[in-house]
Amino acid sequence: MKIILGNSHPQSLFAQRIEALSRQKLFACYQCGKCSSGCPMAESMDLLPNRVIREAQLNNGPVIMSCRAVWFCSSCFACAVRCPKGIDIARIMEAVRTLQMLDGKPITEQPFCEDTGTLPQIALISHFRKFNM
Amino acid sequence: MTRLGVFICHCGKNIARTVNIEALREKAATLPHVVLAKDYLYLCSKPGQTMIADDIREHRLDKVLIAACSPRLHGKTFAQTAQRAGLNPYLLDMANIREHCSWVHIDGAEGTEKAFSIIKGGLGRLLYAEPLEPFQSPVTKRVLVIGGGVAGIQATLDIANSGYEVYLVEKSPSLGGHMAQLGETFPTLDCSSCILTPKMVEVSQNEHVHLLSYSEVTRIEGNIGQFQVTVRLRPRYVDETLCTGCGDCVPTCPVVVSNEFDQGLGARKAVYLPFPQAVPAVYTIDWDACLNTDKLIICENCYKDCEAKAINFLMEPQEKMVEVGAVVLATGYELMPVARIGEYGGDEYEDVIDGLQFERMLSASGPTGGVVRRPSDGRIPQNVVFVQCAGSRDPEHGIPYCSKVCCMYTAKHALLYKHAVPDGQVYVFYIDIRAAGKGHEEFVQKVMSEERILYLRGKVSKIFKSGAKLVVWGADTLSGRQVEIEADLVVLAMAVIPSSGSQKLARTLHIASDLSGFFSEAHPKLRPLESNTDGIFLAGAAQFAKDITDTVSQATGAAGKALSLLANDFIKLEPTISEVEEGICRGCGLCVSICPFGAVKMLPSTRTGAMVAGINPILCKGCGLCTAGCLSGAVTLKGSSFKQIFAQLEEMV
Repeated sequence: MKIILGNSHPQSLFAQRIEALSRQKLFACYQCGKCSSGCPMAESMDLLPNRVIREAQLNNGPVIMSCRAVWFCSSCFACAVRCPKGIDIARIMEAVRTLQMLDGKPITEQPFCEDTGTLPQIALISHFRKFNM
Repeated sequence: MTRLGVFICHCGKNIARTVNIEALREKAATLPHVVLAKDYLYLCSKPGQTMIADDIREHRLDKVLIAACSPRLHGKTFAQTAQRAGLNPYLLDMANIREHCSWVHIDGAEGTEKAFSIIKGGLGRLLYAEPLEPFQSPVTKRVLVIGGGVAGIQATLDIANSGYEVYLVEKSPSLGGHMAQLGETFPTLDCSSCILTPKMVEVSQNEHVHLLSYSEVTRIEGNIGQFQVTVRLRPRYVDETLCTGCGDCVPTCPVVVSNEFDQGLGARKAVYLPFPQAVPAVYTIDWDACLNTDKLIICENCYKDCEAKAINFLMEPQEKMVEVGAVVLATGYELMPVARIGEYGGDEYEDVIDGLQFERMLSASGPTGGVVRRPSDGRIPQNVVFVQCAGSRDPEHGIPYCSKVCCMYTAKHALLYKHAVPDGQVYVFYIDIRAAGKGHEEFVQKVMSEERILYLRGKVSKIFKSGAKLVVWGADTLSGRQVEIEADLVVLAMAVIPSSGSQKLARTLHIASDLSGFFSEAHPKLRPLESNTDGIFLAGAAQFAKDITDTVSQATGAAGKALSLLANDFIKLEPTISEVEEGICRGCGLCVSICPFGAVKMLPSTRTGAMVAGINPILCKGCGLCTAGCLSGAVTLKGSSFKQIFAQLEEMV
């Protein structure tokens, strides 16, 4: 998919919404990939966490709105703790989830981690938040 | 009877690992004339040197061989040791049993045998060695600085403030160089001309500085300590001593040409001052643009308007001879022309500009008064694309190296544009961000995150016009996607290349330059301020692309080098140079054409008057080419005579 930017395609509308929702500086990310390298759920994701941020920087709405990776994020905050630029990636994941829900995506379609019993407590709590349970 | 001493170094385990030192010492002790053979863990250490000096005195050694590392490493160290012990340093030689032996051998027996033959050779050579004395040459206590940019200015001030005379030669009508063109400097956003112009004024007011602007060096003769320089002063057609800098000559000048100081974005008259703060503040008539010629006066407008009567259409070029002891080269850089990159439109599109042009737009004194405008229609651009590595890091089409300053100035451009046009969009194409200076990385990161600049990782492949817009085809390798941007203005961070006259100057000065045309330093690590010609020092972007901070550091360093040369009344020169035996020389002149340093000349013999080769001991570097080339064997290289070399070979094979 080609990315079109410039005069007739204002760049940052989508990025601005994510920034507003997450209160994170999207353009502080220099794509080092440390979030992705340590993400425990990365293997299940269709886009690695750093790619989610990259697509947001590129204002790539369709990819962001259809990405399933954000639903695998268990909000363990490993990425946020390790990010050299101090970006709370989990918050950005949350912002994307919110946008997808606002877009009317039914929650039931989203993947859910089966073995909730073995999940760390923090992940379980964030799951509740995620599914508005 | 010669009394030889042999000292064998273990160099820790460097030599001892491969070479059986004990066996080697015993064998060496049996060689003819050897009265002492010793070994030591580190001969170069203070106790090692003391041992050698003590032994020289105690055993009355008259020649010493040090079997250790390369003389390139410790030749000087041991020569000084010999001198301290009262031995002529040229009667001490080194046998390299480390680089030439232990480092390249694995087998101990083989290594030991080779070390022995190297020592035998060294002793053979030493037998015919003769004492030599270094000689002296006077130092002229003046310096020539070529180039009046920030490098030349800094070097000039440092030298002049130490009380020495400086001739500063600048090609263009004013000092300042590229730094005078810049708006603000990274990473502190200091106003470039605000910090530069005081230095320019200081140069013009310093009593030790002779400023020769609008001039070029056409000839240099001589050598370290005493260069004879010919400077050509181009005619300004305005008398420097009379011109008051009032500018009355300008309004009625009928000729309008593009202004090089504004990188072609603005215009000036044929009679002009490059920029308001120019030093010297003297107008110049651009004779190529002026309607008048050497033979015909067509227009006299400026002449009539000049109340000071400074205009002189009959002015002619002048030559000035200056004598200096050292030279600082600071000829700077220029940008590769945009025309070199066809896929970016060559220079076909007005709205595809280079970094210096954008810099002029950002400058408050620039052609747009500090407002960013498209050159084509004067509109303020809403979408600006910056392309880094335009020509750089492209060994196939451009230049192979990284131009070093573009990452930083592009980030600065992006920031300044966003401050000027807050609702505008900036896209930066890069392949790596190289921000390895103090405060540099922080600056780039701040620009990215605070100004929300989209950095796209990829090289732009094509720029073309679509209506009033430019379409930029690039890629973002981080997301693996093609990118297409409709832009109003494209700024190319063109490669930094040596300034156009530098090759000619390199030939005039007999100094080397690298494949890219930058002047070569004598040693890339340890002598970065010196050219390969003694007494000629390097400063600024003429040596390699660098920012203002590095340029000023290097200029001060080069000035320091020149000053430490000037601190001596005489310089000591190595006596290991060629010598002609007049009686044998048949005057064929072959050596004259062989010598790469121009040190050999045909001169009448003092005894017979016949033309024979004569060697200038100051220019001779002792390379030995003339000795090898001489058909009659009339030339001897002192310290490496034929006798010595044959003896060495005979002992070794």
